[in-house]
Amino acid sequence: MARVYSSTVVAAPATTVWGVVRDFNGLPNWTKFVVESRIEQNMEADRVGCVRNFRLNDGGRIRERLLALSDYDMYCTYSILESPMGVENYVATLRLIPITDDDQTFIEWTADFEATPDREDKLIEDIGRNLFAAGLAALKSRFAR
Amino acid sequence: MSGSVEIRRSTVLDAPIETVWQILRDFNGHESWHPAVTASRIEERDAADSVGAVRCFRLVDGAYVREQLLALSDRETSFAYCILEAPMQLRNYVASVRLRSVTSDDTCLWEWRATFDPPVSEREKLKRFVTQDIIEAGFQAVRTLLSGENNIRTREATVAPPASIAASLDAVAIVLTRHGGPEVLEMQRLLAPAPGRGEARIRQTAIGVNFVDVYCRRGSFDLVTPPGVLGMEAAGIVESVGPGVSNVKPGDRIGYACAPPGAYTSVRTMRSDLLVRLPDFLSEEEAAALLLKGMTASFLLHDVYAVKRGDTVLVHASAGGVGQLLCRWAKALGATVIGTTSSAAKAEHATRAGCDHVILYARGDFADAVMRLTGGRGADVVYDAVGKDTFEGSIRALAPRGHLVSFGQASGDVGAYSIDRLATRSVTLSRPNYGHYTDTTEKVKTQADRLFAALSAGLVIADRPRLYPLAEAAAAHADLDNRSTTGALVLIP
Repeated sequence: MARVYSSTVVAAPATTVWGVVRDFNGLPNWTKFVVESRIEQNMEADRVGCVRNFRLNDGGRIRERLLALSDYDMYCTYSILESPMGVENYVATLRLIPITDDDQTFIEWTADFEATPDREDKLIEDIGRNLFAAGLAALKSRFAR
Repeated sequence: MSGSVEIRRSTVLDAPIETVWQILRDFNGHESWHPAVTASRIEERDAADSVGAVRCFRLVDGAYVREQLLALSDRETSFAYCILEAPMQLRNYVASVRLRSVTSDDTCLWEWRATFDPPVSEREKLKRFVTQDIIEAGFQAVRTLLSGENNIRTREATVAPPASIAASLDAVAIVLTRHGGPEVLEMQRLLAPAPGRGEARIRQTAIGVNFVDVYCRRGSFDLVTPPGVLGMEAAGIVESVGPGVSNVKPGDRIGYACAPPGAYTSVRTMRSDLLVRLPDFLSEEEAAALLLKGMTASFLLHDVYAVKRGDTVLVHASAGGVGQLLCRWAKALGATVIGTTSSAAKAEHATRAGCDHVILYARGDFADAVMRLTGGRGADVVYDAVGKDTFEGSIRALAPRGHLVSFGQASGDVGAYSIDRLATRSVTLSRPNYGHYTDTTEKVKTQADRLFAALSAGLVIADRPRLYPLAEAAAAHADLDNRSTTGALVLIP
């Protein structure tokens, strides 16, 4: 089992940031690596169990199922159903925590998955840096004060 | 506006998670960074990272708090704890701390949550207290700690051996270097060890000086072998307690009057079972002056012989410390009190202490005087701590079936005495030993409660003692040696 973990601080209140990231169909709105996305079977994007089907800017297609969504604790958890990355049992969580001190937001993105040992390090690097860290950096610059 | 309160606060610290976790992970380490905490230790000698460990600490306002570690995770960089005892009404208080790494700039998020059930009237006040004085003050303190590199290193050095927290405390003590005059008393630095099972460590604030200390100093009583520490009576604040102690807790104001000697010190570690908690109306100075004499008077008047209304009571040396207590208390119990003294000046003290009649030894045979004052009947009980000079007369001063209570021998040993002579009055003779009335928690509590109740009701009075700095213990002994003082003497560490 491999783990990817990336986090940052965004200069905006948590409710504001949550308004952007809670949309399970909204990756194209705030990341640079997702170019289009849709929710399968015409479901609402906040219906737990729904599947998002999106295309990366390198052409790869990924399908992910929403496993949990909490407006109270401000996190969502999802699993990969299909992807070109060659990962198994991939479960990720995107979590927001209000920083009460200065009304900013802590965001962390975690993924646990399995892969063949020879590919593990490369996947951790790719997902951690090119997806998670890049996504969080985009969010950070979007709200930069 | 009732029900539980949940407080969630968080902050980002400009340091790697490992650095912050090293500071927060030590459940006993908060005394070195949290501004509200002064002294903390882990009970039962557990390690600070044993789940279930209890930390006992003092807040800066002097109140004591006990908290138990409920969970600790190095993987989640988190811990949770609850309050076991606190002066505030923080019922069902559970708190958790969690650190998360901010990977984008190698800093750290610190979350601190607390839930509790406050009384409605205290709700806002307690919310503010926990939010500001505990959580946000803690955030700020660690932020300050991290802002100076030197501070971090100092901190790491102090946290390294957690066992050192429960170490000895420095004390200054008066040591008996050899038997002799007041000059054999020397001030020295000693260590008061952490309390073991059944023990308490006391920060002493007032220490009673008694004749028994003089006898020990001279070597006439074999209670202290030089080098050793004198003193059987003191009062102060419990600093910490060892395992198995239930009669006192840290922060309690306590006093004691018991063997073994060792009271002439600023900090003392001793068995806790003979400590008594002091009532609010009694100062520590008064307690240190009163407990030994007061508990003595208590059992002499109630247990050795039970003084009742209408009794005639003869008290020798009635202007002395115990003498005055016996006179005042016996009078309050409804007795007619006759006192003896050696001088007219002392007779005034005795009269003020409640004696109906005062007899001067110099004016003839005191037994005859008692017979005259009682119409030839005699006293129901005689309290005699003079010994050799008064013993014979005391028997003659008794009414038939009277009770002679011999509890000291200031003038010397009574010597061989034929018990046949007791038959002249069918005398009951008691030679009580203080220890036999005060050697268990229950017995001490009986005497102390009775004494405190009598004080509170005004039956006895706690006189203001004469105070000496602890360093001048030799001067206090010199004054006691040459009888240049009246009233109690107390040393102040």
